[in-house]
Amino acid sequence: MQPFVTHTGIVASLDRANVDTDQIIPKQFLKRIERTGFGQYLFFDWRFLADGSLNSQFELNHPKMNGASILLARRNFGCGSSREHAPWSLADYGFRVIIAPSFADIFFSNCFQNGILPIRLPEEDIAELFQRASRDQPYRLSASLETCLLTDDAGFSRSIEIEPFRRKCMLEGLDHIGLSLRQSKSILEWETAHGLADSKAV
Amino acid sequence: MTTTPRTLLEKIWDEHLVCSPEGEQPILYVDLHLVHEVTSPQAFEGLRLASRKVRRPETTFATLDHNVPTTDRRLPIADPISAQQIDTLRHNCQEFGVRLFDLGDADQGIVHVIGPELGLTQPGMTIVCGDSHTATHGAMGALAFGIGTSEVEHVLATQTLRQSRPRSMEVRVDGILPHGVTAKDLVLYLIGKLSTEGGAGYVIEYTGQVIRQLSMEERMTVCNMSIEAGARAGMIAPDSKTFDYLRGRDHAPRDFDKAVARWEQLPTDALAVYDRVELFKAADVVPQVTWGTNPAQVIGVDGTIPDPANFSDEADRSSAIRALEYMGLESGRQVVDISVDRVFIGSCTNSRIEDLRAAADVVRGHQVSSSVHAMVVPGSGRVKRQAEQEGLDTIFLNAGFEWREAGCSMCLGMNPDTLSPGERCASTSNRNFEGRQGKGGRTHLVSPAMAAAAAIAGHFVDIRTWHYR
Repeated sequence: MQPFVTHTGIVASLDRANVDTDQIIPKQFLKRIERTGFGQYLFFDWRFLADGSLNSQFELNHPKMNGASILLARRNFGCGSSREHAPWSLADYGFRVIIAPSFADIFFSNCFQNGILPIRLPEEDIAELFQRASRDQPYRLSASLETCLLTDDAGFSRSIEIEPFRRKCMLEGLDHIGLSLRQSKSILEWETAHGLADSKAV
Repeated sequence: MTTTPRTLLEKIWDEHLVCSPEGEQPILYVDLHLVHEVTSPQAFEGLRLASRKVRRPETTFATLDHNVPTTDRRLPIADPISAQQIDTLRHNCQEFGVRLFDLGDADQGIVHVIGPELGLTQPGMTIVCGDSHTATHGAMGALAFGIGTSEVEHVLATQTLRQSRPRSMEVRVDGILPHGVTAKDLVLYLIGKLSTEGGAGYVIEYTGQVIRQLSMEERMTVCNMSIEAGARAGMIAPDSKTFDYLRGRDHAPRDFDKAVARWEQLPTDALAVYDRVELFKAADVVPQVTWGTNPAQVIGVDGTIPDPANFSDEADRSSAIRALEYMGLESGRQVVDISVDRVFIGSCTNSRIEDLRAAADVVRGHQVSSSVHAMVVPGSGRVKRQAEQEGLDTIFLNAGFEWREAGCSMCLGMNPDTLSPGERCASTSNRNFEGRQGKGGRTHLVSPAMAAAAAIAGHFVDIRTWHYR
């Protein structure tokens, strides 16, 4: 996994609550068996009109959000289906950070598996960020996992709350499975204690 | 010996905790891993690239459900990309030694229908699947939740999962459900009260007189939709109904009485403390219909479409405005005046034999409205055969319903069963998100009886007034 140390980028603001994973990546694109190439389908039904042209009314299609890599949204982002295709499509589109008052549990975990940093901030901070991002010019933020700070160049600074283990995995880009396999002895002991270990090697 | 009183969740958690390495997330052992074609190909590919094996293939079971046609199974699959995904699961199961319930298999069906049906799902287990409705299995007194594909790969490789300990929430419903009110209405009502994120970070344990009275299949309907309230899982303590349901099923323990003795220790201790408690009264619940684009946007069938101006919260208000526009509805309209174009009876929420019986009871002696296209999709091959033995298929077919093969079908519309833009559907499924059943499609979530009545009448009907023939 790609490590996450610091990231600075343009903010795309999506002023909606309860954005579900069906919107992030509609089901017709879940038939693919690859992990890559989902960015073109991100928010497909919102980004494109029925004739395939860009929907100019959709926030992400605004010119000032060109090249955005930080997504700002309202509460309960990523609710619904467990599909990891949602973070795959966000990452493939170029997003490295998502900021919202709250996230759905499964989506939140899935982000960490894919080098995306989900940042939870209080509602009033989110309101402040929407305000700052509403100007005509592109708005930039920086997220650092070294300092655990989210900052802009105009005085905004908030700490990023993150579980120490998740922070370490993100900073070092650790392979989660490899890390767990280091505990093979404990897993085998558990299986032995539960009468399951006969056919297993460490 | 005295022990600290514990909840059902705590007992299962403690039993399955492998280790908590210093500074890391705890590692939890997984008893049963269920796999389907949509969220697994990338996980198997990851194993292959890292030269890893499935640690315990004998506790891993796969089925084809999300992306399969529900029409004649003898025909080839028309969509080549779907066909490739289906073939990929077949190939992966063969290569890694996993039991697959393939399309020709008598036991094929929706993953959350076949798990309990085959006796794979048992009290006290930890169960995961790359699907958010895995909470269904919690009805048997298991800790069951949905995971992402990277976690699917982790479970395949290690038979464990990294998990932070969830908090516990008791949702207690006292009293008895009024006439015409079903488990589906109850859970929709609870989601409306808890909100779509009210359960985030929690595992819900449903308790109270109503829950004890529900059948096992009704309990599955309730637990199934826990995720729609944001909860990681939903569960119900096992009791004699649970044991009676399991006895004699294919994968039930051989020494059943010994297993029962163990399972009887699982229910939450009298003095155990939940992190949060929410109380509800069954008498307050009426048949429910969703009006918006998330399952918490729900009202009683005797109500009217709400006015967004009455929502005090800004996000709720803007969400309601968007939802009404998408759904093509105006505030103040009576729910029973809303007409439907399609009716879908199926999904992991409501496709079991009791659901089909409830729908058939409503349909018997009636005809589907000429303006409605209605279909019934049984949850599994077993449910389908059982229904046919009882003659339910004849009731549906004679009334003008389509009678299909088992699969997820129009719940998520990955296969050809989809709504067209603007079509309005009364659906027994679990999600009314924008475009969920087809781009531009408008979904109203209801119980099987309410869906059946809407098919006959051509509009929503208060099932409490239905004329059964």
